[in-house]
Amino acid sequence: MDRALVAGFPFPFPTDRYRYSTNVEPAPRVVSTPAGQWGASLVDVDGEYHRELDERAAVLERDPSRYAVLDHMAPACWDTMLTLMRELAAAYPDVMSLDGDGPSYVWTNRLFDVEQPFTYAQPSTLPDEPLRYVASQVQEDLVLLDQRDGDLWGDAGLVTFAADWSFGFDVGMSFLEIHGPVPRLRETGVITRAREFIMRLQPGAPYRRTNWTLTVGRRLDVSTERYPEWGPDRPRMLTVDDVTFGREVHLRTEVQHLVRLEESGAVLFLIRTYLLPFEELARVEPWRATTAAVLADLPDDIADYKGIAGYRDRAVDWLHAHAP
Amino acid sequence: MSAALDLVVAAVDDTVPGVRSVRLVRPDGGALPGFTPGSHVVVTCGPPGAPGNAYSLTGDSVAPRAYTISVLRLDAGRGGSRWVHALTTGDRVEVTPPRSAFPPVLAARRHLLVAGGIGVTPILSHLRSAVRWGRDVEVLYAHRPGAAAHLDDLRDLAGDALTCLTDRTTLGDHLQRRLADQPVGTHLYTCGPAGFMDTVTLAARRLGWPDERIHVEHFGVDDLDPGEPFEAVLRASGRTVPVPSGTSLLDALEGAGLSVPNLCRQGVCGECRVPVAAGTPLHRDLVLTDAEKAAADTLLCCVSRAADDRLELDL
Repeated sequence: MDRALVAGFPFPFPTDRYRYSTNVEPAPRVVSTPAGQWGASLVDVDGEYHRELDERAAVLERDPSRYAVLDHMAPACWDTMLTLMRELAAAYPDVMSLDGDGPSYVWTNRLFDVEQPFTYAQPSTLPDEPLRYVASQVQEDLVLLDQRDGDLWGDAGLVTFAADWSFGFDVGMSFLEIHGPVPRLRETGVITRAREFIMRLQPGAPYRRTNWTLTVGRRLDVSTERYPEWGPDRPRMLTVDDVTFGREVHLRTEVQHLVRLEESGAVLFLIRTYLLPFEELARVEPWRATTAAVLADLPDDIADYKGIAGYRDRAVDWLHAHAP
Repeated sequence: MSAALDLVVAAVDDTVPGVRSVRLVRPDGGALPGFTPGSHVVVTCGPPGAPGNAYSLTGDSVAPRAYTISVLRLDAGRGGSRWVHALTTGDRVEVTPPRSAFPPVLAARRHLLVAGGIGVTPILSHLRSAVRWGRDVEVLYAHRPGAAAHLDDLRDLAGDALTCLTDRTTLGDHLQRRLADQPVGTHLYTCGPAGFMDTVTLAARRLGWPDERIHVEHFGVDDLDPGEPFEAVLRASGRTVPVPSGTSLLDALEGAGLSVPNLCRQGVCGECRVPVAAGTPLHRDLVLTDAEKAAADTLLCCVSRAADDRLELDL
């Protein structure tokens, strides 16, 4: 595996114990880890850029329901495109730029040999709809939340790398409906607090959080739609040998940014997915030890929701067996 | 929190009697943060530390090169409008980044914008956005004869969708008629003097408009107010830390050299909880339960303050 991917891996556990919390913090901010660092920008371009964007295009091709925009969200989609282009240009000035000061711009992306002039809010000036266009330039999945009636609504998005959920199923739902299946969130007040927090987000003050699960195989698209393809991999992890287990089982971190868009007032929710196989994880001792402790302590309902209940014990044993 | 913006007066316009429009730019002419239609900035009306007044932004909201505000001179006011009316080109002005507290509802079928007098400022911003995105919009503008700010802007943008009303009787009749004749799904937005907005919202409610579709501009009430100054006494050292209005207790404690665990600084993550030994907290967070708040033995120092002039902390 590319060493830069290990160095940039956002290890999600600050302590040996994991529970759901409103674990939000101002972004961006660089975090140093035993292997390197992450978190310098809202959008992250790494060595998987071309591979992941090819995969996104292929997923969309087979299943167009991964992209949906309710009619009233058109302004938020333009807003998203402009915001992300500015972020990319600021983070990667050597290869990306956004020139012009509105309404006419030129987007340049040397990683794709793209030089795209466009006029803000004029669909005919772009080769694709703005949200789908910008999703072809960033590795992040995109969900747009509209705020109205004192609530948040998932009214637009493009999600090709969902971890066991379905954007096409959730589109148009309220924030609480979207999170309905997650255990403990309602009882502990975590989710209503998160909603209140998001509704008070201000432009120019983005926040982030991390989330995590385990994924078998280096598979970004573990959406509900493709469960028949990846679901059987989980029980299979009980029968494979140790070397295969370490190669196949990945710690999956999502770095999620929350950005209040300037013009539309919608909230942009960015989900960037990172996968690190256990065999690499085990080479960074603090990561191995913490992951073993977190998995051993994880309550059954959370383990079950994350889909890891069946092989969690094996994962803990494997991590213990790979202590230095 | 985003830092204040130091801007320069690029132009003033006194064409409309009693109303001054001010165009503010960055000293280097660079782009300013965009904003949601209906947003305001808080202008520091005087030297740094002087009280601020909230004024709606009237110009283009996407990649703006300037912020424009229009201020009615109120001789009996706190002095903010008189200060603005004394500005000249080249003066430096400190403003907060734009805050949105009166946004258009994107999902609305139609937008009925009702402005009274200088309350036209956020309505103009809504109208610009409605035209940009092709939204169905209607504007009612009540003003004294010959004293209409931004009339040309409204006419250019709204065309036939604008109705101006200059006497009370016509206003009442027309308002009644237009409120009674909107398709289901229309949202109403009103800004103007408090009495004017009361008239508009009362008329709408009587005609059966649900509250969720009536939007009133209350300048900046969604922000946490800066709060009263108080003193925090630290039990462990006996030190007294002054907490001025506009400074959070967390900021004051950090300024005094204390390290307090914290994350969101907005009263939602619960990290910066500190124990209270004496005094009454003024809770403003979203974390503590009602029972915890009533117990008064802990507070979240990023947003919460003292109800009186003194609070003792077990720190």
